[in-house]
Amino acid sequence: MERERLYRTEALILHRSDFGEADRLLHVLTPHLGRLRLLAKGVRKLSSRKAGHVELFSHVNLLVARGSTFDIVSQAELLEPFRTLHDNLERASMTYYVGELIVRLTEEQDENAPLFYLTLATFDRLCTARDPLLALRYFELHALELAGYRPQLHFCVVCQRRIEPVANFFSASMGGVLCSHHKGQVEQAMPLTLHALKVLRHMQTQPWEQVAVLRLNSNLHMEIETLVQGFIVHVLERQPKSVEFIHRLRRELRENSLKEQLHKTRNTTQEGVSL
Amino acid sequence: MQVLVEPVARLIEELSRLPGIGPKTSARLVFYLLRAPAEQVYALADALRDLRDRTHFCSVCFNITDVDPCAICVDPERDRSIICVVEEPLDVLAIERTREYRGLYHVLHGTLSPIEGIGPDDLHIADLLPRLKADVPVREVIIATNPNMEGEATAMYLARRLAGTGVKITRLARGLPVGGDLEYADQVTLGRALVGRQAME
Repeated sequence: MERERLYRTEALILHRSDFGEADRLLHVLTPHLGRLRLLAKGVRKLSSRKAGHVELFSHVNLLVARGSTFDIVSQAELLEPFRTLHDNLERASMTYYVGELIVRLTEEQDENAPLFYLTLATFDRLCTARDPLLALRYFELHALELAGYRPQLHFCVVCQRRIEPVANFFSASMGGVLCSHHKGQVEQAMPLTLHALKVLRHMQTQPWEQVAVLRLNSNLHMEIETLVQGFIVHVLERQPKSVEFIHRLRRELRENSLKEQLHKTRNTTQEGVSL
Repeated sequence: MQVLVEPVARLIEELSRLPGIGPKTSARLVFYLLRAPAEQVYALADALRDLRDRTHFCSVCFNITDVDPCAICVDPERDRSIICVVEEPLDVLAIERTREYRGLYHVLHGTLSPIEGIGPDDLHIADLLPRLKADVPVREVIIATNPNMEGEATAMYLARRLAGTGVKITRLARGLPVGGDLEYADQVTLGRALVGRQAME
């Protein structure tokens, strides 16, 4: 079959690694060609005209030439750089995780246009959302669904009966909720509060605008995070590496704020003494 | 049937493990060395051996050196109150070439890469903190990681760790490369060049 030597595509740059003398290998997600690995030649040189256009996490237009091992980026045009991601470490750490999830959940050249548009929207939400973690949870649930792992949240995965509005259970290995009668039949079923179930269902079925207005307290968010990430670990059969970085930043931030509080209270007591 | 004698085959095999060298290039190099004068071949062998035996990381700045601490760290002429943080030893070389900098260095040996599982503990970040309280107090840390996402994330993390130490933290300016062409500049670079514009004297 005769193939065009050049093709044009939109792409999101998810991951990249140094390659050869001054080249980079880009992992990109495209709407109609799936996930690709493309070679961007010479982009580590300062004089490269392409370099600024193939930054990590940007939305770009590419002109690609077919090559023998890798296809080669011949022109690149930046559509949206998502600059907030470059200036905010927390939001950047989440985007790394989004990139890793896609690389792990998809096969190369497996077309998945909805996943592309979900990811594009997620990058934008990670820049602008009031609560970027919520956007991350929304992405996790929907990316799982688009990769074929939609968790069952409405019927018990054992007896197929509609879940009652009480405290239930969730099993990652069965891929969904369990009613209280059948939790004993599955190992490692986690308790699932009614609140968390409601939020998860809301996230699974409603558009983002309806989800963005939610305000979750930290306990509820933690429950949802643990549950969804447990499910992801089960699906991928491994812990995504970038999760550790998100956790570490959170831990350090918490330690710092504790230190500051301690500092403040110490200062105020000192002032009290001097008065 | 073995066509190549063992020493030749072995060197081809060893050289082809180097980055950017495949079996063909490797064979070409080996046959060049076969015909080269003995001194040249032995010089190469010695250089390889010395590379391994006589270099280590400087215990202060983690640059590659043959004496510890390295020549830059012990140089009395250098300004000990400024530390420039770079990703790789080659970056030290690049900054030295500018002849604009007379302070000390700190080499991180990489950048944060969450997706590959490279976290702050895999870089020499923790080793930088005690250096700030040396005999000559440090007043400025210049973060000179690469101006790309990975370098930017590392810089932001570093700035956060250094916050509260009272040391001035600066970042290399970003802008247009010398000999560049405005129409080929991306929005981000051009935007930053505009923000960081300077008065003409």
